[in-house]
Amino acid sequence: MSWDSSLLWQFDFLILLMVIICAVAALTFKDLITCAVVFGAYSFFMCLLWTEMLAVDVAFTEAAVGAGVSTVLFLGTALHIRRRAKD
Amino acid sequence: MKVVSLVLTLALGALLLLATEDLPNWGDSDSPASLHLSNYYIENSMEQTSVPNLVTSVLADYRSYDTMFETTVIFCAGITVLTILRRSHRKKKKEVKPRPKGQDHDLILISAARMIAPMMQLFALYVVAHGHHSPGGGFQGGVIFGASFILLALAYDLETVLARLKERSVLIMSGIGVAIYVGIGTICLVLGGNFLDYGAWSKVLGVSVVEAHSHGMLGVEIGVAITVMFIMFSLYADLSSGGEMDEGL
Amino acid sequence: MDELITAIIGKYNYWAFLILLLIGLHAMISKNNLVKKVIGMSIFQSAIILFYVSIGYKKGASIPILSHGHGPEPIHQTAAQIVAGIANPLPHVLMLTAIVVGVSTLGVALAIIQKINRVYDTIEEDEILEKIKEC
Repeated sequence: MSWDSSLLWQFDFLILLMVIICAVAALTFKDLITCAVVFGAYSFFMCLLWTEMLAVDVAFTEAAVGAGVSTVLFLGTALHIRRRAKD
Repeated sequence: MKVVSLVLTLALGALLLLATEDLPNWGDSDSPASLHLSNYYIENSMEQTSVPNLVTSVLADYRSYDTMFETTVIFCAGITVLTILRRSHRKKKKEVKPRPKGQDHDLILISAARMIAPMMQLFALYVVAHGHHSPGGGFQGGVIFGASFILLALAYDLETVLARLKERSVLIMSGIGVAIYVGIGTICLVLGGNFLDYGAWSKVLGVSVVEAHSHGMLGVEIGVAITVMFIMFSLYADLSSGGEMDEGL
Repeated sequence: MDELITAIIGKYNYWAFLILLLIGLHAMISKNNLVKKVIGMSIFQSAIILFYVSIGYKKGASIPILSHGHGPEPIHQTAAQIVAGIANPLPHVLMLTAIVVGVSTLGVALAIIQKINRVYDTIEEDEILEKIKEC
């Protein structure tokens, strides 16, 4: 059952880069619904990062909660307020 | 404001960058965090609780007190959202504006949701029940089960789901989840153990102390799953309808 | 020079943690839109979670689920070898609950935003401050 999980640093770099790009993008877009969806993508990359760091339970929770429910909550709010943000 | 914030964050960043020097190297198995407490869990979890998934055994047994209050926090958050947003409008039935024909419900969406939702619920039950041996447990299973209700509410509308799953019973059930958790802990007290010391259950269940720990964890996880499931749905219902509990998104 | 390179390679995930933390903090202070502030708060939170999870990581270790029962008998190992072969489960437990509590506090934050929008009819910080000054 135990396997050697020597990390490929290329994968690690790529995922970390994507996480940072998604974080910046989620804060720069002006449309709040776009922000919500990009933030869902951010959660998904975080989930990949945690699978790679052997935290499978945390990754499972993040996939269900972060990428699923919290995106829906953001969408539900964004549709009740003005969609365009000033910054 | 932007400049002030930038200066502040960069100053904090410089401070933290200085501090990284003292942190252990990444992946170092002799880092201080891995030397003391966690070794006890890794060495003894199998003999004391017979649960191979260390995360579950630490979450629901060794640090059970912690998890109990986390569940309470989730429950309180659900109640808080309800109190902030809910409008108790007993005003006249607002005129039902009939939707244009054909846009009523999307046939493809509904057919897909009806097929997926039971699968999700079955998978959620598997995740809760198999949490001892594989990744998963009460929190994850509860969220997946709640997501199946959210999926149905998105495909139809919120009223259709709330007609079958009353708002009142959602709240009562989420309270019952916390009550199951606290109840299992209190019965341990009655049976002569400590609070949340599941070993005391062995007198009633007729199994060994180690098995009793395993069964107690399962019961606690079920309580967590019930609370999380209904609170997640309640959060969605409140936020998507702005507290009106009508159509939703 | 060699020391610098090992320092960079050995700790690069702390740097990612640092960058995410600063992005989140900057957004929380400087953004005008309240939803953007909440997104910044979530990024800050997941940066902290990243820090904890990377503390629990051990190079060459396996996931924190023990093998048991099935298959061939495992080779006999000393206690220290077993411990070194399994990632530290404690940070995972703490962070797992933190994520679920995080989403419920996120719900509370969004509910407050909707309430603010209902009263002031806007969620931009400067417009809200103007409306407060008027009355």
